[in-house]
Amino acid sequence: MSSRTVLSSDDIDRAVTRIAHEILEANTALQKSGTSNLVILGIPTRGVLLAERIAKVIARNEPGTDVSQLLGRLDITMYRDDLASNPTRAVTETLIPSQGIEDKVVVLVDDVLFSGRTIRAALDALNDFGRPRAVKLAVLVDRGHRELPIRADFVGKNLPTSREERIRVHLTESDSENSVVIES
Amino acid sequence: MIKYLLSAGDLTREQAIEILDIAEGMADVNDRDIKKLPTLRGKTVVNLFFEDSTRTRISFELAAKRLSADVINFSAKGSSVSKGESLKDTAQTLEAMGADAVVIRHPASGAANVLAHSNWINGAIVNAGDGTHEHPTQALLDAFTMRKRIHGSASKGKALEGLKVAIVGDVLHSRVARSNLLLLNTLGAEVHFVAPPTLLPANPSNWEAKLHYSLDETLQHEKPDVVMMLRVQAERMNASFFPSEREYARIWGFNADRLKTLKPGAFLMHPGPMNRGLEIDAVSADSPQSTVLEQVANGVSVRMAVLYSLLSGERAADV
Amino acid sequence: MYNSFVLKNVLLGDGPATDIQIEGDKIVAIGADLSGAETIDCTGLVALPGFVDLHTHLREPGFEQSETVLTGTQSAAMGGFTAVHAMANTSPVADTAGVVEQVAALGREAGYADVYPIGAVTVGLEGKQLAELGAMANSKAQVRVFSDDGKCVHDPVLMRRALEYVKAFGGVVAQHAQEPRLTEGAQMNEGAVSAELGLTGWPAVAEESIIARDVLLAEHVGSRVHICHLSTAGSVEIIRWAKARGIQVTAEVTPHHLLLTDELVRSYDAVYKVNPPLRTAADVVALREALVDGTIDIIATDHAPHPIEAKDCEWSAAAFGMLGLETAASIAQDVLIDSGKSTWARLAEVLSVNPAKIGSDAEQGQGLLVGAFANIALIDPKVKRKVVAESASKSINSPYVGLELPGRVVHTVYRGYFTVRDGALAKVGRA
Repeated sequence: MSSRTVLSSDDIDRAVTRIAHEILEANTALQKSGTSNLVILGIPTRGVLLAERIAKVIARNEPGTDVSQLLGRLDITMYRDDLASNPTRAVTETLIPSQGIEDKVVVLVDDVLFSGRTIRAALDALNDFGRPRAVKLAVLVDRGHRELPIRADFVGKNLPTSREERIRVHLTESDSENSVVIES
Repeated sequence: MIKYLLSAGDLTREQAIEILDIAEGMADVNDRDIKKLPTLRGKTVVNLFFEDSTRTRISFELAAKRLSADVINFSAKGSSVSKGESLKDTAQTLEAMGADAVVIRHPASGAANVLAHSNWINGAIVNAGDGTHEHPTQALLDAFTMRKRIHGSASKGKALEGLKVAIVGDVLHSRVARSNLLLLNTLGAEVHFVAPPTLLPANPSNWEAKLHYSLDETLQHEKPDVVMMLRVQAERMNASFFPSEREYARIWGFNADRLKTLKPGAFLMHPGPMNRGLEIDAVSADSPQSTVLEQVANGVSVRMAVLYSLLSGERAADV
Repeated sequence: MYNSFVLKNVLLGDGPATDIQIEGDKIVAIGADLSGAETIDCTGLVALPGFVDLHTHLREPGFEQSETVLTGTQSAAMGGFTAVHAMANTSPVADTAGVVEQVAALGREAGYADVYPIGAVTVGLEGKQLAELGAMANSKAQVRVFSDDGKCVHDPVLMRRALEYVKAFGGVVAQHAQEPRLTEGAQMNEGAVSAELGLTGWPAVAEESIIARDVLLAEHVGSRVHICHLSTAGSVEIIRWAKARGIQVTAEVTPHHLLLTDELVRSYDAVYKVNPPLRTAADVVALREALVDGTIDIIATDHAPHPIEAKDCEWSAAAFGMLGLETAASIAQDVLIDSGKSTWARLAEVLSVNPAKIGSDAEQGQGLLVGAFANIALIDPKVKRKVVAESASKSINSPYVGLELPGRVVHTVYRGYFTVRDGALAKVGRA
């Protein structure tokens, strides 16, 4: 098995910062100032960590942002469509900001966009919490091979891969380093 | 994961904690406006009840429905003993209809085991109470309730290490007691049985529990963290297990006086339905220490977790 | 058809190899280098007197879906038996001369073994009123053993009367020792395993208290009493005490109580459901020792066939009882021979001589002697065989299926002709 690093720690930081700015920029088209209409939801496991980083950047750039109302997490385990073929997965906590998602702009955050099935499950899960004004998607890496009509609004890096390759995202909060590695 | 939940003893510590953790997630769902998950869409869960138990049945029914499974309630009156429908015929009928999971309640000890070890059924099997043998989901919901009372929102991943649990009453005939014994042992708790000698087994040597005859002495000397009262079944009343209901209530019933002797933070459990005035008095049953209603609510979450665990990963992981 | 053949080179129990010559229905010579019209090489086979089962459920009349006199005696022959005592719990119950004569006649017609009907002690096995014991004794079936087996003669007065009454014709009462009130709803041995499994216990004391009472009653009235299927260490102690005291008591043990324990019930597989129940390992040890030292007189199978549906269900709904005829000799060999604790002579006693004596079967259990009826079981003790579900019995409720047991019955000779030859049932027809 060989592996090569495709994103360094600096690359990841830059991508996160850029995504945060793009989210804000897109939001000003909808709302003149502030982030009160915005909810960032990370998808476990690493999507949650990325969402935290994005929220931090946003808070830094938009003084007065209440991170507790901006940031949440959305567990999609119970919405997966591969129940029979995968071993039982532990369910993790879902945390929706107390203001809810009704009429908000929800940005789903995940580390890698691949088949699109995780995002499909996330959209279903979101449905059970309310009716957002819009749902957007931010991912660190888009590796292609979509199996559903799903597209990311904010992408850290597009990485053409073969189906057999594996993408490993490492983040310091859960791993020893920041990097994105392709294994084949 | 496992395909059958027949005995609380089937679960390793890791599996038990995993189910309890999943149940935590399910409990969150039960607090939402939309209390439904699509997880078991397209699956059929059969509640096969050879014995009346509305509470257990609706708990399983709600659990399955909240996971979007199709639910069939099959009340089979009688058994092959009473020339009713035999377990085998019923099971084969359900199999032919394509049940993915069978939740079985039966008056005969071991009925769920017989179902699991026959080749009558291919689906998952949950023992929802078999005679005087076991009731594993009750033990899971009891453990869940204990964990929640003690650790609150920090319950995930926790076992019940060092917890002292006194289980009081008709231990001999109680499937709740047997399942709790096994699961509590697995989770590191210390089990004390308190009962009149007539309601303890003649030879409990395989049981990892301390036995007591006196409730008052147990409360005083052992200072349990949890007291679990067992229901006294009507059929014991006239079979000389104890002289009278009054005497039973006086010596082994939980009441307001005994409630005062509980140490701070200790709580009182009952699997329901309660015989108020017999094994538990109204003051205790309705006290803040009582977890009776929490147990009912937690029952749904735990049964959702069990159904989810048994029905996921049927095919080998092909990650 | 006149039988004339020589069994060559048989091992006479623990002794050296020799030949046995059979003419008609008798053994006419035993010794080296015998010759006859036909010779059968029996090198390596142990010759034993044909086995006598004092406790068989043939199920006919009434329960022919489980077993008939024909299939039951065929199964007996496969197990090396040349006589069986047919228990009375048929439908109608064998409590009149008519029923016992019918069973005896069916046995003669089948021709695979002597069938001695056991008469019920009480009318309909109900424990209320003595059956017509004298009429059964004086019938063509000449009943000498009386038992309510399946139920205990629990009324002490009735038991006393029965013990006394059968002395008139040299009979014996075989007691199924089970105190009924202590065993209401009982499902398995009461002990550590029943506590775990939540099955209602069958306590040892329910057996022992009846045995204690009955040996005292037998002493008081000077009768002999036979105790069916001893299953506990405590029962062994009581029999030992009674025998030391000179009480005329005999006791039997079943093959399954010599081998299996209540741990098997953990499977909830009803094939292990039997009455009295499988007990603990300590009980098994005590029963095996008692068989070796003579406290227990005989092995009796309590062969109890049941249809599939009576076992293919939840434990408490299932019937009590298991097959035993075709595996009894193997278990006897395990306990007495392979254990190194006893002899083939003892095995012949417990499976043939003693049960015939208790049952007053004059033409059985005579041993392998010149002039005796040619009832012979020939066993290959070296073979190990895996028990399979298929057998000569009509039922399949054997608890030994899948187990490897020692020894195999190769030939059975009954009254001078083969009922089993080379391990297969022979077609029989009397001369």
